[in-house]
Amino acid sequence: MIKRALAGAFPALVIGVGGLVLWELSLLVINPDGFLLPRPTEIFEAFTEHFDAIWSATINTGYIVVTGLIVGVILGVVWSLLVSRFRIADETLTPLAIALNAIPIIALAPIFNAWYGLLSPTSNQAIVVLLVFFPVFINTTKGLTSVGATKIELMDSYAASKWEITRMIRIPNAMPLFFTALKIASSLAVIGAIVAEYFGGSQDTLGQFIVQNAASGRYTNAWAAVVAASAMGITLYLVSGGFERVATPWRPDVDVVG
Amino acid sequence: MNDHDTPPSKAAAAVEIDSVSKVFNLGKPNEVHALDGIDLTIDDGTFVSLIGPSGCGKSTLLRLMGALTHPTEGSVVVNGKSADQARLDRDYGMAFQTSGLFEWRTVTQNIELPLQLMGWDKAQRKERALEMLDLVKLAEFGDHYPRELSGGMQQRVAIARALSFRPQLLLMDEPFGALDEMTREHMQTEVLEIWEKTRKTIVFVTHSIPEAVFLSNRVVVMSPRPGRIAADISVPLGRRNFDTRESQGFFDSITEVREALRFEGSTR
Repeated sequence: MIKRALAGAFPALVIGVGGLVLWELSLLVINPDGFLLPRPTEIFEAFTEHFDAIWSATINTGYIVVTGLIVGVILGVVWSLLVSRFRIADETLTPLAIALNAIPIIALAPIFNAWYGLLSPTSNQAIVVLLVFFPVFINTTKGLTSVGATKIELMDSYAASKWEITRMIRIPNAMPLFFTALKIASSLAVIGAIVAEYFGGSQDTLGQFIVQNAASGRYTNAWAAVVAASAMGITLYLVSGGFERVATPWRPDVDVVG
Repeated sequence: MNDHDTPPSKAAAAVEIDSVSKVFNLGKPNEVHALDGIDLTIDDGTFVSLIGPSGCGKSTLLRLMGALTHPTEGSVVVNGKSADQARLDRDYGMAFQTSGLFEWRTVTQNIELPLQLMGWDKAQRKERALEMLDLVKLAEFGDHYPRELSGGMQQRVAIARALSFRPQLLLMDEPFGALDEMTREHMQTEVLEIWEKTRKTIVFVTHSIPEAVFLSNRVVVMSPRPGRIAADISVPLGRRNFDTRESQGFFDSITEVREALRFEGSTR
């Protein structure tokens, strides 16, 4: 299986490595003194040079991302379970969710900083929670409610309870869409955390590292932190895909990447 | 041996339908009069087909027996009790045109579904599922997921699921409607085998005249909108075998059913 995974990753590796080589070489030819867009090798040097600072910032940002992601996912799932189960919840909570989503959430970052204290990570976590919540809610609700009529009738013929129908049909039916949402949400969580960090929160974070280095013209350092953030996003995506594979073994099409 | 035609001696009524009418969306602009004045008694152990054009309410009639919908007027009694009570007592199994298998459950787990809902323990469930897999000749497919099975095999799993808790009544709503002709004939033979082994009461909704004639002791012909019983034809073909489909009696019965359907069509 590992062999197959490697074989599957081969084209992507070729593209990735090829792209880096092209980037490196073309900059060497066109703009050897460029500092707005540094070469990959320069970024790598900056990365190793500032490894301790970047690592520590990654840990702190990672904490915000993961905690915000977990809370946002739980909120989204519980919300959609309520909405799919109770009409009154659907009539009240669904419009509320849509209204929440209509807010440009990032715009709340400076306000949350005022609420939770300028140096507190809570404001950034709150941004991540809000960003993650909606895609999880909307997809999971779709999965919980789009169940074939035959399956419901069948369960009725067995005199199954509402809860048995939820547990044995609606929840498994929602799994594929939930995991699609989780993959979207894990990327959104990284973006949300870093942009929120631009505005404040704790100081030792990737967002602050990028802002401070860019402000003083050290773009190569900023790029090194962007690489770390990308790695975090990819890791979360792959972990989500791994969970998906374990949780939905009946689907042939599920690939960690796909 | 002509035991295909004679119901078992206990001959209690499995289903008694008394002056049933069904109107959907009563009092609204889209009101539909689906069934009107239906009287039908089905003896225990018989194989009855309901046949008629699309929209004649035959599926609705089947759902009334299963208490999946309720009559606007009249009464439905199943196994001597109200249809609702029979549903709560899990007195019948049901199979649909689409197999309705749960794609996240293996074949065995699908067959175990009703048993699980009835609170059977794991070992008992497993044992019964294996027995059912044998009955529908899918013994080696227990651990497969439904998507790995052909349409005909999926339908066999659905039938095994409907029979798993040994209900005496089996309600089937065009279960072979989506299958190709060859698979369909094969499945008909298998259902008859199961019926002969288990002596269930089977109520079978179909569009196909040969299918109804081949399978049933009795073919109930329905007319459309509002659905009424147009003819009630008994099929004296005896035990079915490969030659039945080419016998004169088979063609005679087909003609009789076809005439009944045509007559109904022309009176409107």
